[in-house]
Amino acid sequence: MPESSAAPPPRGAKQSPAGPKPSGATIVLENLTKRYPGSATPAVDSVNMEIKAGELVVFVGPSGCGKTTTMKMINRLIEPTSGRIRIDDEDVTDMDPVKLRRKIGYAIQSSGLFPHMTVAQNIALVPRMTGWSKARIGARVEEMLDLVGLDAGEFQGRYPRQLSGGQQQRVGVARALAADPPVLLMDEPFGAVDPITRDHLQDELIRLQHELHKTIVFVTHDFDEAIKLGDRIAVLRERSHIAQFDTPEAILTNPADDFVSGFVGAGAALKRLNLTRVRDVPVVDFPTATIDDPLQSIFDKLRSGTTNELLLLDRHHRPYKWLRRGDLMRAKGSLARAGTLVHDTVTRDATLRDALEAVLTDNTGRVAVTGRRGVYEGVVDMETLMNSVQQLLEEDRLDAVEHQHELEEQRAHQTRQEQEGTTGGQGGRP
Amino acid sequence: MSFWEYVGNRHAQLLADTYQHASAVFQCMVVATLLGVTIGVATYRTEWAGNLAVTSTATILTIPSLAMIGLLIPIMGLGVAPTVTALTLYGLLPIVRNSIVGLRGVDASLVDAATGIGMSRPARLFRVELPLAWPPILTGIRVSTQMLMGIAAIAAYASGPGLGNEIFRGISSLGSANALNQVLAGTLGIIVLALLFDAAYVLIGRLTIPRGIRA
Repeated sequence: MPESSAAPPPRGAKQSPAGPKPSGATIVLENLTKRYPGSATPAVDSVNMEIKAGELVVFVGPSGCGKTTTMKMINRLIEPTSGRIRIDDEDVTDMDPVKLRRKIGYAIQSSGLFPHMTVAQNIALVPRMTGWSKARIGARVEEMLDLVGLDAGEFQGRYPRQLSGGQQQRVGVARALAADPPVLLMDEPFGAVDPITRDHLQDELIRLQHELHKTIVFVTHDFDEAIKLGDRIAVLRERSHIAQFDTPEAILTNPADDFVSGFVGAGAALKRLNLTRVRDVPVVDFPTATIDDPLQSIFDKLRSGTTNELLLLDRHHRPYKWLRRGDLMRAKGSLARAGTLVHDTVTRDATLRDALEAVLTDNTGRVAVTGRRGVYEGVVDMETLMNSVQQLLEEDRLDAVEHQHELEEQRAHQTRQEQEGTTGGQGGRP
Repeated sequence: MSFWEYVGNRHAQLLADTYQHASAVFQCMVVATLLGVTIGVATYRTEWAGNLAVTSTATILTIPSLAMIGLLIPIMGLGVAPTVTALTLYGLLPIVRNSIVGLRGVDASLVDAATGIGMSRPARLFRVELPLAWPPILTGIRVSTQMLMGIAAIAAYASGPGLGNEIFRGISSLGSANALNQVLAGTLGIIVLALLFDAAYVLIGRLTIPRGIRA
């Protein structure tokens, strides 16, 4: 029952020590700095950041830029040299780190599951430490396995080494969420699994986050992953300086500087395609015929239609073949031999990038869109894609310009206030 | 008198010696294990402390056992005290070394995960690090026991307990009718004991190493 985990328990005064919260908490980092002894420059230099409740923020940057260090200071696995950390307006910089960490889920690369404990024991760790009752823990373990899409009966008695990499990672996430912490830290959690599994896990995380609304800080060096997952992305440069902290759309269309655009890499427009789904663009009709139609009617359709092509559907109305005008002649009227098979279809949930991929590989220049059980719904063609992308990019550009104006005004306002406060002199614009 | 006749005649004495031998080794192993693992836990975090612990226990092992007991007699007198002390000291090295190697060998990301999900230091040690380091530690204990089985025979030199008495009696009356039988009985007894202990360790390993990390 994944719903019940998202359903907030009644918020009484003080409940159990693990006092589950309905959703995420805000995280505020103030001048957070980490300086290692014997090193001239700080590893993390005065980071200021505000992460909203229920937001998934991705820290992305080259290796060694301090993104992991910054994240680990939030649960104080690394103690900050100076600066403050506030979670939900509570200053946690000096509280008992053990207590703090039990309220912050933590998932790491290669799952971090303890190999000597079963899946159930791993997931039960934090609830057990916070003193939940046995019955409640048992129920919770099953609920968590269910939530991450693993069958409780089958998996809870297994040891980590009996699981595939993707399954281990799911259990890792289940363990991190077991005590229902408002905040979840994820340190390159999908870095060690194969690309296909990684894609699945990312989709799962998006789904989970839709249900749970945790505040998630996600560290990765993979910019595409950042775009896919992040509500906002913090692009970090050396010493964890924030090069840009904004929505994926804004970063793609309006990178703050050369560093960011270098990190975004070539093909920002292509990456933008990952952010849009087929459902967001117009899906057009296309002349179709089913395989059971009489040949004559198919002939007529081909001859009378505006295009000289039609899509042949099978008995279950699934796309089957592309049929051109000359095809039937050449195959001497046999539907079985005529036309070219449909290679690839997309659903409305597919990204535009998938759609483009399909359009490019299919030599007809369009791709069929299917719904439940692969039933034909329409097509997306090259022209639609191009128009949609251009429109999207234009909108993004306008948004970004507006956003920048706001920022500049804010900054100017701030400067004015400061100057009035100190010298009362003229307000200068940055 | 054939060997088997000898064993038949003296079985009461032999059994008593065997029991004492086993008991001495077992008790020394318990003390050495507790001490050795404690030393390991106390030192594995720091490079120099761990190395110091391994080096000093290794140094103890290089002292010839006869000399060690000889040195202990003036301090502790004859009997059980010098035997137990010597055996415990000798037993330390494999346990200390394997504890340190085992604890240091625990995957750093697992220690990080344990801390990250909110385990206190003792919880981390007892729930994660020691269970994961247990197989190598158990191997150390096993090696240690095998070694002590042999060394315990020397204890008879200090009038200590065990099958060593049988061997020493045989050696001191070489040429007499039963000399060879005595040495043989003592030696075979030790070998059988060592094998029995080893079997016990296999069983202990089966029972105590969690299924998830069993080889």
